[in-house]
Amino acid sequence: MATIISGKAAAFAQPNVDTDVIMPKRFLKTITREGLADGTFADLRFTESGEKRPEFVLNSADWRDASILVVGDNFGCGSSREHAVWGLRQLGVDAIIGTDFGGIFYDNARKNGLALLIVSKAVRNKLLAFAGDLETLQFNIDIAAKTIKAATQIFEFEMGQTCQTALIEGKDETFDTLKLAHKIRAFESANPNATRLIVNK
Amino acid sequence: MTARTLYDKLVDAHKVCDLPGGDLLVYVDFHIMNEYTSPQAFSGLEAKGLKVWRPGAHLSVVDHVNGTRRREGPDEASKLLISNLTKNCDKHDIALYGLGDPRQGIEHVVVPEQGLVAPGMLIACGDSHTTTYGAYGALGFGIGTSEVEHVLASQTLRYQRLKSMRVIVDGGTAPGVTAKDIIMQVIKTVGAGAANGYAVEFAGSTITAQDMAGRMTICNMAVELGARAALIAADALTEAACRNKAHSGSHRFSVSDWTSDADASFDREVVINGADISPLVSWGTSPDQTLPIGSNLPSEVDMATPAAKQALTRSLGYMGLHEGQPLKGLQIDMAFIGSCTNSRIEDLRAAAKILAGRKIADGVTALIVPGSTATRIRAEAEGLDKIFSTAGFEWRPESGCSMCLAMNDDVAMDGERVASSTNRNFEGRQGRGARTHLMSPAMVAAAAIAGHITDVRDFAEKEG
Ligand code: SF4
Repeated sequence: MATIISGKAAAFAQPNVDTDVIMPKRFLKTITREGLADGTFADLRFTESGEKRPEFVLNSADWRDASILVVGDNFGCGSSREHAVWGLRQLGVDAIIGTDFGGIFYDNARKNGLALLIVSKAVRNKLLAFAGDLETLQFNIDIAAKTIKAATQIFEFEMGQTCQTALIEGKDETFDTLKLAHKIRAFESANPNATRLIVNK
Repeated sequence: MTARTLYDKLVDAHKVCDLPGGDLLVYVDFHIMNEYTSPQAFSGLEAKGLKVWRPGAHLSVVDHVNGTRRREGPDEASKLLISNLTKNCDKHDIALYGLGDPRQGIEHVVVPEQGLVAPGMLIACGDSHTTTYGAYGALGFGIGTSEVEHVLASQTLRYQRLKSMRVIVDGGTAPGVTAKDIIMQVIKTVGAGAANGYAVEFAGSTITAQDMAGRMTICNMAVELGARAALIAADALTEAACRNKAHSGSHRFSVSDWTSDADASFDREVVINGADISPLVSWGTSPDQTLPIGSNLPSEVDMATPAAKQALTRSLGYMGLHEGQPLKGLQIDMAFIGSCTNSRIEDLRAAAKILAGRKIADGVTALIVPGSTATRIRAEAEGLDKIFSTAGFEWRPESGCSMCLAMNDDVAMDGERVASSTNRNFEGRQGRGARTHLMSPAMVAAAAIAGHITDVRDFAEKEG
């Protein structure tokens, strides 16, 4: 995973875009993580008969290959489905810039190399305008420096250290945690209540 | 010692160790899985050659995709999800409440019913409505599939401590106002997503006056605020609710340990007057687009910003409504009572009270899906099934999420308007193009009888 993400940004200002909209339920009946690109934003991208909806930004010739989205408030709210993040990645989205994100969606993102950048409303609105303009739609994001370069201006974004490290190093958190197995066992022996419950089969 | 919130006490009690960057490793006492967010976690575990850390700490249920008319999944893909979960549970020695099991049902209805939740626990589940367990003074939160894998492998999660918010609702409420209306009022007041990054504790006399079912409804829907955790302090009612259940013997707790200290401070506080709450109905496609029954829909002129105007136009367009229109009188095509928000025995009784001796309107399709098999059996013993069927509701013999997310064959058609006791009115949630109006189970019953959205209080009065 590189620390620099550069590419075209697309403006998608609708607020409260939930994970049902990002990945409609009919694509959830799968036991793998693959094959979700077509499902991503499916009802916004396609009509029921499968035609592309011209009004959706990622269907326009100029933004088809955008890898960065600038989004409305509370993006990724709702259901916990990680399929939403898998699908966005498979569609080629590397980063999303917004004011706030659904909590589970936020955690799911870093585990799949999707960078979520938090900025103020004023900055987001500026970036929406830049992303909507062919002259200024090329963004450059530096994860380590926590900056977005757009239209020759530099904006800072917020990101916790855990997220930053996860994106830069791309390490598997499960293996990292299992290096702490001795601490987990120590916790279990010190807290009998925590291990008392055994679910009846 | 400095005063601590209930949330802080719960996090502190489960801290295994600090992690670089300020996060914590927290211990998960109990973990629940369903058929659609767990498959990739099990396959991830296997691909990495890892095993389940403590198999007895997990429960799997089949609830999201199964049919409710008959037992199996409605299609091959659903059947595959169910058989895959069965295979994974067998292989890893994990308890499964599958189809046909008398303990089966919607995960968040089953867990309290079986006595699997108690004050002071940390519970995770690959489902956002895991906030429900806060009603018991337990820390419950939803996780994604990668985290499901992490819990299976290590019984822990990497956790970032949240900010804290207290929502105080005080005073008595008017007749006809339910727990559903209380949480909808909170969401309407604070805003969808306003609690992103927060753990929300509900307090005040209106909250403590709720029974456990009501407290669960409130904590359940707190995720619609963006809250990653919702809590209500444990009290005598909580303690009583933990007794005489299948797993009661597993828990040792003292309810007084699981409350916020009197002088604990919160990052944000919101106060709501219980007397200001009326029966509410959502009119749009976000759970904060809600109004008291008797109101007119908002108009563009009331919107402060162009973005708000745009959002209004989009929601009205999707919902097939126009600005300023009265909420009361909107014709419905379907009525649905179910979901982990409102399908407990108390919810069924409340709806049955309205339906008793009445018939639903012609042209309305009405479904009732009890939250669990045990709830259904209990309701049948009380004769509630007869009341629902006589009124014209379809009493479904199998339980599950059903039309809450419409992953099975209970789906609303394009353009159909649904009076629904569920938690999300998102675009497409109950079917492509389906138009959902959230409300309490009694309000759904009233709408089904009238054939349009109406005020449940008119019905109660006639009865009186
Ligand atoms: S009933 Fe609805 S909200 Fe609850 S777990 Fe099922 S799908 Fe999710």
